[in-house]
Amino acid sequence: MMNDLFRGELTRLAAVDAEKMSKAWERWNRDVLFRRLLDNEPPTLWSAKKIQQWIEKELERGDQRFSFSIYPLDSERLIGFVELNVASWQHGNAWVGIGIGEREDWNKGYGTDAMRLVLRYAFDELDLYRVSLGVFAYNPRAIRSYQKAGFVIEGRERGALLRDGERSDVLVMGILHSEWEAQQGAMQEASGG
Amino acid sequence: MNITQSLFESEHICLGPINYDKDPEIEARWSEDADYLLMVGLEPARLTSPAQIKKKYEAIEKRQEEDKDLFFFTIRMRADDRLIGFARLEWIDWSNGCGYVSLGIGDPNDRNRGYGTETLRLLLRFAFDELNLHRLTALIPEYNAAGLRLFTKAGFVEEVRRRQAVNRLGRRWDLLHLGILRDEWEAQRAPNESTRERLTSF
Ligand SMILES: CC(C)(COP(=O)(O)OP(=O)(O)OC[C@H]1O[C@@H](n2cnc3c(N)ncnc32)[C@H](O)[C@@H]1OP(=O)(O)O)[C@@H](O)C(=O)NCCC(=O)NCCS
Repeated sequence: MMNDLFRGELTRLAAVDAEKMSKAWERWNRDVLFRRLLDNEPPTLWSAKKIQQWIEKELERGDQRFSFSIYPLDSERLIGFVELNVASWQHGNAWVGIGIGEREDWNKGYGTDAMRLVLRYAFDELDLYRVSLGVFAYNPRAIRSYQKAGFVIEGRERGALLRDGERSDVLVMGILHSEWEAQQGAMQEASGG
Repeated sequence: MNITQSLFESEHICLGPINYDKDPEIEARWSEDADYLLMVGLEPARLTSPAQIKKKYEAIEKRQEEDKDLFFFTIRMRADDRLIGFARLEWIDWSNGCGYVSLGIGDPNDRNRGYGTETLRLLLRFAFDELNLHRLTALIPEYNAAGLRLFTKAGFVEEVRRRQAVNRLGRRWDLLHLGILRDEWEAQRAPNESTRERLTSF
């Protein structure tokens, strides 16, 4: 059972090493497609040094935030990050954000697998009630991946993004603890376990 | 354009600054009212002394100065400058033109008199005419019927329903994201306020 909580079928989650992570971010930031899929802020091109300071500061933010690095199983190659932010313990709510940095690592199942691990952590370990995320309507790969992990679309904020002079919607997706449990049960039955 | 048209006053109420001498005592009383706390936020209810409230105001003003993503107003009666509530435009995302709006009227005797509607009208004008935003969002738990009515009346529509996100009064409630776009606001504002009218009146 050792380590089971952080090992999936394709990926494992590990602690964030600020130095390793900042070098990866320095590279990922230069792919504007990655940045425009990832968040709604203007992309910044910070130095590895500056990114490292920022990551170190963020890691100190304590018990509301759970940050992980993503590695393929049995590899030392850092491929992405995933981060759970508890918005409220009282309401049992958290937001999750995920990114696989290199384009050649997309569509290989890594993102979905890592998301499943984080959901297991959120529900089994932190006992949260629900997890939410925001995703851009022009990112069908991410939407599909989240649906595979069990999220459902709960609505869309119209026109909340402006890029290249065009407006797009931001979708909000969510998954409840109970839905996640039902899904675990169904998966166990399907695998005859 | 009509730069003399007031941004901060309407028929009965006005938006104003914090008054450090008078407001903390008043807000401290509101912090004992469970109904008010239930409606104004999702934070745990917390009794707050006037001294703590002063500190909170200082933190708000510091954030306004440093982060530039918050516009905080007190709501006051025009007749005597009495504090009746608070309003915020916040988490402003300047590059995409988005922001969040919230407001609360503290004393139950001041509710259901149209002051919230007047306040929201001023906030919308400030957000769209002054900040040049494209859209605004309000986050309202489904149990807040008065809040839902206020925003719906002003033209907001339900965009997102975060299922069972709120844990209050012994059960789970959905959290609604209501949104309004600039176009929608322009279409429903009174004709004599509309941009075209004002432009052609030159
Ligand atoms: C989003 C992300 C984390 C998903 O991880 P991933 O490992 O690439 O995803 P997976 O391979 O597990 O699943 C992708 C699914 O999307 C599908 N897909 C890919 N492109 C698609 C498209 N254009 N339309 C519809 N579905 C698409 C894939 O076929 C796959 O589904 P399938 O298994 O049913 O065939 C990753 O792609 C990523 O980091 N992208 C860049 C940054 C980003 O978008 N972050 C998320 C911000 S909210």
